[in-house]
Amino acid sequence: MTVDAATARRQSAMAVARAWMRDRPLVPLLLLLALLVVVLQVVQPGIVTAGWVSSTLRFAIPLAVIAACQTLTMLTGGIDLSVAVVASMTAYVMATLVSDFGWFGATLVALVPAMVVGLVNGIGVGIFRVHPLIMTISMSLVVSGAVNVYARANIAGGTRVPPEITWVGGQSLFGFVPNSLLLFVPLAALILFGLRRSGYGRLLYAVGDNETAARLAGVRVSALLVVLYLISGLLAGVAGLLYAGVIGSATGRLVDPYLLPSVAAVVIGGTSIFGGRGGYAGTIVGALILTVLTTLLNVLGMPEATRQILFGAIILAVAAAYTRITEES
Amino acid sequence: MTESADATVIPEPMAERMSWRDRLGRAIGGDAWTIGLAVAFVALFAFTLLLRPAYGLEALAIASLPVAFAAVGQAIVVISGGIDLSIGSVIALTNSISAVLLLAAPELSVPIVLIVLLIGLLIGLVNGALVVISRVPDIVVTLSMLFVWAGAALLVLPTPGGDSVPWLEDLIDGGFVIGAVPRALVVLLVIVGLVWIPLRRSRLGLSLYAVGSNRLAAFRSGVSVARTKVLSYVLAGFFAALGGLALTASTGIGQPVPGPYLLLSVAAIVLGGVSLAGGRGGLLGPIIGIFILGLIRADMLFLGVQSAYSTVIQGVIMVVVVMLGAWVTLRRRTA
Repeated sequence: MTVDAATARRQSAMAVARAWMRDRPLVPLLLLLALLVVVLQVVQPGIVTAGWVSSTLRFAIPLAVIAACQTLTMLTGGIDLSVAVVASMTAYVMATLVSDFGWFGATLVALVPAMVVGLVNGIGVGIFRVHPLIMTISMSLVVSGAVNVYARANIAGGTRVPPEITWVGGQSLFGFVPNSLLLFVPLAALILFGLRRSGYGRLLYAVGDNETAARLAGVRVSALLVVLYLISGLLAGVAGLLYAGVIGSATGRLVDPYLLPSVAAVVIGGTSIFGGRGGYAGTIVGALILTVLTTLLNVLGMPEATRQILFGAIILAVAAAYTRITEES
Repeated sequence: MTESADATVIPEPMAERMSWRDRLGRAIGGDAWTIGLAVAFVALFAFTLLLRPAYGLEALAIASLPVAFAAVGQAIVVISGGIDLSIGSVIALTNSISAVLLLAAPELSVPIVLIVLLIGLLIGLVNGALVVISRVPDIVVTLSMLFVWAGAALLVLPTPGGDSVPWLEDLIDGGFVIGAVPRALVVLLVIVGLVWIPLRRSRLGLSLYAVGSNRLAAFRSGVSVARTKVLSYVLAGFFAALGGLALTASTGIGQPVPGPYLLLSVAAIVLGGVSLAGGRGGLLGPIIGIFILGLIRADMLFLGVQSAYSTVIQGVIMVVVVMLGAWVTLRRRTA
């Protein structure tokens, strides 16, 4: 009898804890992030320093920006699989134009094709009602081919990442405050605030939750989606420039490997792939978790093969655990 | 909350009661997209013959075989309402395993082929079980498993290598009977036919479509949703393993880093008229889709188009086709 009572008490305590976490979905994520940092420090004592934090942020910020594309599109039940090639394209185009246009002009010009791709995605998804996965996969085929064509035409031109871009992406103020924070903090604030407070942000949730209801309530879903994918293309371009700054060089395939992590960061961050639930705060923590996890797997000195297996397994485990914590029972 | 498949009476197809004219109309109506694809394929092939009169289907069939198996596996999962992003990695893994084993023990080639197929089934079982147990969306689970299986392939075979055996290569290389029909095509159609035709007519096959078109309705009419989902992934794993073996047979080695099979398999199902929403489409469309994509690549080669341009053109064709397809569906729905 006393055992039963104890069990019941424990169960109710767990239910309370779960309900508490369900209302604050960021808490378990931050706990996981802290856990990973502690494990990292245990595995390699002394690694966690101000310099380490700074370099982690430098690598996490471009991932968080490219994952913003996935967050916004997933909130409407979509996805943008063209972000990585668009980011690569922007970085590469910028690096080829620097000598002719200067860093500012090159950056502006390079963002134009990114927005054009986003616009075409938006027209396909919003007006023609193509499935976002299909539309953006097809567009990434076009973009990666176009980058190759451009690279062939530009074979003599060479590429150069200007010091201004390297300054933003790869350097720090006072040795530990990454300069990319200067760009990222306002951007993240804009996205967070926009999703919570602006009409457009609320409509993204509404469309993701129930598109028919949103349409019947007078939302112009087509226009909303066209703008959304345009924004996604622009953000992907910005992420590409940041990656060029972090890595210090720009090839036509620079950001391609970050496509799947961009989806993973959003999923770990608790945004539902079916739309209507989630937010950007979780994505930022998700990007940090993935970056720390990558460092941890590197520090453990495992071969590439084992790292990949663990990476996949951990993403799945976190997603499954998170689903259980946050889903309404 | 009991799930008993036996309690349901799944209505028999009403084929017996229809006249031949109804049947013809229904077949054309339902398969118009596939017939259109077949016509497009024949036209493209005629065009290819104009460019290169000596062109035979053999090279195309051999090169397309691994991707065609991938497309079949992907189509089955998508029909039942899921998506398998890990299919390219599974092909790389089974390709690597078979190449390593065949190098080590070429005399045991037949059991090795069977073992690799079994591994494919098991991989599919793991994917399906994880989708059902974790309650995480299919796309996320298979995205994670993409890393896992790709890592496993690198564990098995760190750099390209391994070997194949002659009979496996002969199985897909060359013509069949009179030489006009490529052997690889016969292998593809026989295997897919042997698996799919009995399945399609069985209760399990019907439940794949039922779960894909409306999970809740399928569940309420007594279909075991979990079992059906697992089955679809098991089949995808099996066809991915066939794709891996076909790759071993056609290239003669194992390649642990997957090629663009995922992208091509998704492109093929879209071209092939399989709805990503699930519950609609067949396997013939995606197979023809793969061959069309292969022919387009070959034609551009013959026309002297640089490979970079040909990717752009393929992409543009896909964008236009999916937009047209979606546009047509939209018209039909609003009309």
